Amino acid sequence: MVPELPQATPVAEPTSTRDGIPGVYRAFSIALFVLLWHVISVANRDLVHFFDPILIPGPVEVYQAGIEFSKSGQLQRDIIATVYRVVAGFGLAALTGLLVGVAVATWRPLAVLFEPVIELLRSIPPLAFLPMMVLWFGIGEASKIAFIAYAAFFPMFITTLEGVKFVDPVLVRAAASLGAKPMHILRYVVLPAALPGIITGLRLALSLSFFVIVAAEFVAADSGLGFMINDARTFFLMPQMLLGAIVTGIIGFLFNELFRLLEARLFRWRKGGRT
Amino acid sequence: METSRDAHALAHQEPAAPKIRITGVSKAYGVNTVLKNVDLSLAENSFTCLLGPSGCGKSTLLSMIGGFARPSKGSVIVDGSVISEPSADRGVVFQEYGLFPWRTALDNVAFGPMLAGRSRVEQVATAQRYLAMVNLAGHENKYPSDLSGGMKQRVAIARALANEPSILLMDEPFGALDAQTREILQEELLRICEQKKMTVVFVTHSISESIFLADQIVVMATRPGGVKEVIDVGLPFPRDRASHEFVALEKRIKQSVREEVDKLGII
Repeated sequence: MVPELPQATPVAEPTSTRDGIPGVYRAFSIALFVLLWHVISVANRDLVHFFDPILIPGPVEVYQAGIEFSKSGQLQRDIIATVYRVVAGFGLAALTGLLVGVAVATWRPLAVLFEPVIELLRSIPPLAFLPMMVLWFGIGEASKIAFIAYAAFFPMFITTLEGVKFVDPVLVRAAASLGAKPMHILRYVVLPAALPGIITGLRLALSLSFFVIVAAEFVAADSGLGFMINDARTFFLMPQMLLGAIVTGIIGFLFNELFRLLEARLFRWRKGGRT
Repeated sequence: METSRDAHALAHQEPAAPKIRITGVSKAYGVNTVLKNVDLSLAENSFTCLLGPSGCGKSTLLSMIGGFARPSKGSVIVDGSVISEPSADRGVVFQEYGLFPWRTALDNVAFGPMLAGRSRVEQVATAQRYLAMVNLAGHENKYPSDLSGGMKQRVAIARALANEPSILLMDEPFGALDAQTREILQEELLRICEQKKMTVVFVTHSISESIFLADQIVVMATRPGGVKEVIDVGLPFPRDRASHEFVALEKRIKQSVREEVDKLGII
């Protein structure tokens, strides 16, 4: 029987079995690692005395630091500060990277004008510009957001550019022969075809955002997870430093999972491999 | 050279203006001349095969009729006006299918009606009708990656037909399919052409395929590419590949094509 509406049957992506490793084994692997860490920390403190015990806190100490910091509300404040900067900077980068990428890929004069400059800037590690950004934008929010936006722009721009450039020309011809005008082709052919690349760009840009925000908060901030780590360094508070690192990792992981869900939802058509 | 400059008019028609007229068309890419001085007239509702070895410019000629490429010299005239760009009135079927992998079979076929501004209900109804015409009823919600090569090409044909074009251009549409699927699709194409009045231009390098399908066969020359001869097939449908006339014509065309292949040297 012919269904009335072309609603595709949703195919559940196996989110818990990435690369074919079931979730149970994943949890086990992580638990084993934490256990090993605990054993090393305790052994160092009570038996070996190889390092000063202050330098090798165990998972228990980090957990206690977490409780303490969240009770005082400082952990939440730092998380919010960092996430706000990442979301703002990343959002800015995603939008401009997408727009500039599509424009440069579809309009040749822009490519001639911009591509060489972008290639040049891309080869300079973004961190090299951090001190300058601080001088330009101060130590407030603006400098951090601008810095993330700058760093995350490149992966977004490059993947969009490649995605749009390498759209199968037969699809463009097919659309044109069916009556599509250039704006239709952009909307119904080029963007959907480039979307997988664009999503990859978003993920790369996001992980780069987390990468650079921690560095930026080392240099110029009075809040955020990077600040929390750097502040703890001054006072030799190892559990607090590790707490900052772990929390940053968890947030990055959660954001990445969000994108994986989005991908699974958007690319149901890819399930049987590419056409 | 037996190049016919007159329209191949069907018996019951008056000698009307040709549907497609190609006059003095040459195409060069840099110093490389792909086609030289092609003159051709295709009557309305006729089925023409462009036949020849690789490098004779048959696909280039088709893409100029499609409006994807422009002649370096001369012009392609459809319904009395020179064409310069693709149009929904000229449907195209590609050897590589050209289906949108992110759209279901139904949404691929509904693409043309959607661009034409039809309502969603009309789009769905049209797409279902044409999918049924190519015997794909029940496969509406499958994505191209779930379909076999033959089914993909059926969707592509349905998609081209859904715009109700007066011209259907087919670029080696069955070239990537296995022999059995190919013969079945040839038969179905003839059935569809009986139902829908269309002027079909079909590019192929299979002699048997061209005799089975075409009203007229344009044998292409090589070095430079062009028209060698135009053959009116004149056999009644359905054609029997084992019949004496079929085999005799096949032999004669084979000879003609062979001369052009030999001009290419060792291949």
